[in-house]
Amino acid sequence: MLNKISNERLIWIYTHMVRIREFEESVKRTFIEHPGVIRGHSHLGDGAEASIVGTLSTRNEKDLVMPSYRCHGYPIVLGTPMRAMMAEVFGRKDGLCSGFGGSMHLADPSRYFPGTSGIIGQSIAHATGAALTAQVKKTGQIVYCFFGDGASKQGAFFESLNMAAVWKLPVVYALENNQYQAYTHFRLEDANAIAGHPLSKKAEAFSIPGVTVDGTDPIAVREAVDQAAARARAGQGPSLVESKFYRLSAHGNVITVPPLPTQFPEHEAVAVYGNKKEYEEWKAKDPIPRFRAKLMSDGVLTGMDASRIEEEARNEVEDAVKFALASPFPAAEDAVRYVYA
Amino acid sequence: MAREMMYGDAIAAAIAEEMQRDPNVVLYGQNLAMTERDPMLKKFGKDRVRIAPISETAETGIAVGAAMTGLRPIVELWMSEFMLVAFDQIINEAPRMHYMSGGQVKVPLVFKAGYGFCAGWAGQHSNCIYHTMMGIPGLKVALPSTPADAKGLMAASIRDDNPVVYLHHYMLTLDKGEVPDDEYVIPLGVADVKRAGTDITIVATGWMVKKSLAAAEQLAKEGISAEVIDPRTLAPLDIDTVVRSIKKTGRLLLVDQAPRHSSAAAVIAGEIAEHGFEHLRAPVKMVTALDASIPYSETLENYVVPNEDKIVQAVRSVMARQAVSA
Repeated sequence: MLNKISNERLIWIYTHMVRIREFEESVKRTFIEHPGVIRGHSHLGDGAEASIVGTLSTRNEKDLVMPSYRCHGYPIVLGTPMRAMMAEVFGRKDGLCSGFGGSMHLADPSRYFPGTSGIIGQSIAHATGAALTAQVKKTGQIVYCFFGDGASKQGAFFESLNMAAVWKLPVVYALENNQYQAYTHFRLEDANAIAGHPLSKKAEAFSIPGVTVDGTDPIAVREAVDQAAARARAGQGPSLVESKFYRLSAHGNVITVPPLPTQFPEHEAVAVYGNKKEYEEWKAKDPIPRFRAKLMSDGVLTGMDASRIEEEARNEVEDAVKFALASPFPAAEDAVRYVYA
Repeated sequence: MAREMMYGDAIAAAIAEEMQRDPNVVLYGQNLAMTERDPMLKKFGKDRVRIAPISETAETGIAVGAAMTGLRPIVELWMSEFMLVAFDQIINEAPRMHYMSGGQVKVPLVFKAGYGFCAGWAGQHSNCIYHTMMGIPGLKVALPSTPADAKGLMAASIRDDNPVVYLHHYMLTLDKGEVPDDEYVIPLGVADVKRAGTDITIVATGWMVKKSLAAAEQLAKEGISAEVIDPRTLAPLDIDTVVRSIKKTGRLLLVDQAPRHSSAAAVIAGEIAEHGFEHLRAPVKMVTALDASIPYSETLENYVVPNEDKIVQAVRSVMARQAVSA
């Protein structure tokens, strides 16, 4: 179980939150600064940093991490070089997946990040399968399965949680309720929400623990996930942790048809629902300045430390962008290389 | 050493041998290993042999995730149509992961299901849907037509580092044949000449191989020598063996239990049009199921699905054609 968290660990959490934010903002800027460089559809995790890092702060060295296509934040915490990540987002030869996957399909199995699916909810089954491997091979690993509120309406969610509960698989289901399923507010499509219940109530259907936590507070997330992780490690099976926060960018870049360049629109709250007030209220709860203020008032972090962390993250991301822009495109004839293993 | 064995038992033997050989192979499915008396459960334990709920999406998706992380799952899906419930996992997850990761992850798994059950199962349990899967890059599709092939292709499917859809034909389940006792692995992507001949090449899979061989016997009495080729896997598809055969015979009949427009025959015909046209002395002919669902009543079912007579008549009609460039 969780010991009192050290100052070093608190700063580790803050540092990774800042690194994720800088990476995502840089991806977003790319649509303006280097139009056309990012193709297809990219999805950002700004707003999710406290939830991602708080969750992964409970992770042991070999535990597996399996999120959805909104997948930039996790490998950053696992130590995947940003250069390879950005080069992949830019479709370059030096990309993490040699330019075969792009933003939605980052994979770094050597760092316990086996890969992601672009089809909403389907990766919940993959993460459950990874937990089966851990159980059968008795590796002692647990699996962190991240997915959004939208995915919790998929059949894959219900079938996987049932099977994980039946088989007592070592998996933590981290439901990231960022409040919008693509463009639709979760209160328009979730039976629990409509009844005034938290989404973690779904856990009751499988007779497993379910808890809802403030996903803008990394320490609250860490404490909730730690219990779920302990249960998984003890062979008692899965748990569902709903981490409620707010996605600060739109679902993804606008889907455009060439030659129109891809670009990022305003958040759905504003662009679709005309609800600027809601967006501003959540923006005011941005987890990064809040956590920085808390660490500073607790005397864990000085202003100088904070500035240094931010500057280092910015430099790391700038270096990654330079590297990615300079990286060549893959050789066209390589397209048939990885059809079969 | 070989011994006579039923097709269904040959599949089970291959699974048991591979599970014995490799501790990473696991088996699960609905209504499987329900009691402690189950022989596979007894032999391999409840970690490796499991009963699954009626949850095809999770069953197949869990196999994908397990395969990505080091197991070699076999999912017993029973009927190929049940895969339709989980088609995202089979078509758009399992075969994509290796490619999308730039070759970093492998997805070695077997989706096992029966198909083509022409015994009054009507519209939703008798179909041939392999055409939908054979064109998916990264997915392999095996369709054994004999007990020996059933064993050898299952062993190869389990050992393969790619997702394999292994489709066994329900109508062949009780058929007997010589099956090698020991390790027996048939490479995926290699066709087999089931009967040598000189006048016409017949390409067929599954139950249709048996029908084609029976037709060839009948035709032999008329002095027509038919060569029968079973591709054994539709992906990879061994077109070279077919081309080699038509160089000799100059004629090609494609027999397929699937409806004409979703048949493997249509794909093979296209390949031969491009790669074998100059060897043909008559146009390619296809004997497929009609473009209809499978009906319940036996008279109706027989009308829709290819049979020995339809094959014989089709061969006669091809033989009667004048040479294309005579």
